[in-house]
Amino acid sequence: MIRLNSVVASYRTARGSINAVDGVTIEIPDGCILGVAGESGCGKSTLMKLIYGDVTSPMALASGSIEYGFGDAKGRPITSDNIRDQWFNRISYIPQSSMNSLNPVVKVGKQFVDFPGSDPDKKRVLAEVREYIGKLGLPVETLDAYPHQLSGGMRQRVMIAMATFFQPELILADEPTTALDVVVQKDILLLLMDLQEQMGNTILLVSHDMGVHYQVTTRMLIMYAAKAVEYGDSESVFAAPLHPYTRMLISSLPTIGDDRARDGIPGRPPSLWQELSGCRFADRCPLATARCRAEEPALIEHKPGHWAACHYAGEMTQRAEAA
Amino acid sequence: MAVILKTEGLNKVYRLGSFTRSREIKALNDINIHVESDKPVIVSVVGESGSGKTTLAKTLLRLVEPSSGRATIYDQVVAGAGATAHGRTFLAAVQPIFQNPFEAFSRYRPVDAYLHETATRVAGLDRSQANDAVAEALAAVGLDAVDVRGKYTNQFSGGELQRVSIARALIPKPNLIIADEPVSMIDASRRMIIINLFRKLKEEAGRSFLYITHDLATAYYISDFVAVMSKGTLVEFGPAKEVMSNPQHSYTRLLLDSIPTTRTRWRPRAAKAA
Repeated sequence: MIRLNSVVASYRTARGSINAVDGVTIEIPDGCILGVAGESGCGKSTLMKLIYGDVTSPMALASGSIEYGFGDAKGRPITSDNIRDQWFNRISYIPQSSMNSLNPVVKVGKQFVDFPGSDPDKKRVLAEVREYIGKLGLPVETLDAYPHQLSGGMRQRVMIAMATFFQPELILADEPTTALDVVVQKDILLLLMDLQEQMGNTILLVSHDMGVHYQVTTRMLIMYAAKAVEYGDSESVFAAPLHPYTRMLISSLPTIGDDRARDGIPGRPPSLWQELSGCRFADRCPLATARCRAEEPALIEHKPGHWAACHYAGEMTQRAEAA
Repeated sequence: MAVILKTEGLNKVYRLGSFTRSREIKALNDINIHVESDKPVIVSVVGESGSGKTTLAKTLLRLVEPSSGRATIYDQVVAGAGATAHGRTFLAAVQPIFQNPFEAFSRYRPVDAYLHETATRVAGLDRSQANDAVAEALAAVGLDAVDVRGKYTNQFSGGELQRVSIARALIPKPNLIIADEPVSMIDASRRMIIINLFRKLKEEAGRSFLYITHDLATAYYISDFVAVMSKGTLVEFGPAKEVMSNPQHSYTRLLLDSIPTTRTRWRPRAAKAA
């Protein structure tokens, strides 16, 4: 179980400090695929960096803590201070742009044996790698290729192979398929699901495509303007979203065979520079009242295993059903 | 009835490699599309990366010369043998919208300079007419000229800047707007604002669109016709609702099956471990 205790991540800039993740408290059970959704700038990627322990200036963990629920080789608990020592072994990261993450002038095979934690016996590692990438649907020749000689889908498979080679407990995937087209996207997502099933580890998947989340995840976290606004089982979140924002995110996308008019969510998220009070979604919310603008809703467990930060949680879904 | 878009045996071959070891890639392989209508239409071109969608757009925009064949837009031959539309006549008939608005405009220039330049050079308006045309085009995309004047690209969100680039394309009052992946850089929750805008411009301003995308759901939502491309060939073409609700070609079915919908899962959920 990974526990985030009111985590605040801030960026220091010339204009002052800004909180990109502002007080997120959730518990992530082991063996789930957690989807993280929200608009650009809502703090999803910052949250990923924080959990990965990739905290470098100007970003800082301003307050709060992260407990990973597993110990290091000597049994000491791992926290955000020493998670970096566990990179690739216990926690790994699949970035969005595989082209920018692989070294363009080094062959894929060499990059494989170079990464931290590898066995000193390179030949043996390479033999294991060769066997492993075969399981992931990559031809052996991939190891002798430079990254630019591979297609986007193959490069993303290489990244997934690297991230999963040591069977880490926790894998963070930040928009792993955004740069790919639909057919390749499906292959990659199914591969991730297979690997998760075999290894029983936890995957955190960031995407702004609610369709992807519906297909892949078992739990969902919805973020809005640096806050967690909804958290729960995917089944429950998709069937009956409690927060109006979640509902609008799900219903804003068109589907084939459905000719109803769709609207995007009007307006834009509030600037984090200004003093924010009340619910941050209030300006774009059809349910907003004076109470929403004055009083900030807390993330409350409304149904078993389903949290939401809204004074009128569930009302929008009820209204839609009544109508 | 006007011929909105017609391509006749359009081919484009790219040659790669050296003189002795050259390789040919058929980016467009005998593409025949014919759309004739009295009313403006939205034609979608869908397919994977490398299917030739962008080459088709570039050929129609005259950024790429076809190897053979020709293309007609609104009864004017625009590309290939016998192309009659040149210079201003061409630019006033066909306008592009590109994928990434932050790359379409320079960072070092206020964006309204592009709008004014389009109005004076392409549409041939004088200064006061140009101001009106710019304000009118911005109003059509839901922006106020006052909010745009003197601003640089970094002062806009992706969605707003894409709307500015749509406004720019509207200024010469083109018959056809070619939009190459116009929403793939935009946040999913705000994509529909742009998509609905295309529909509104079609219905109210009478502009036709060629919408190039790999997102079949939005293509289904706005298009009248859809062309499915794979590896440079046109595999299926027809009225959008018909093609997508009853796909004939196996490739179209593959594309449709790959869309992550919120209706049916690719894989039924196993009993919950937790």
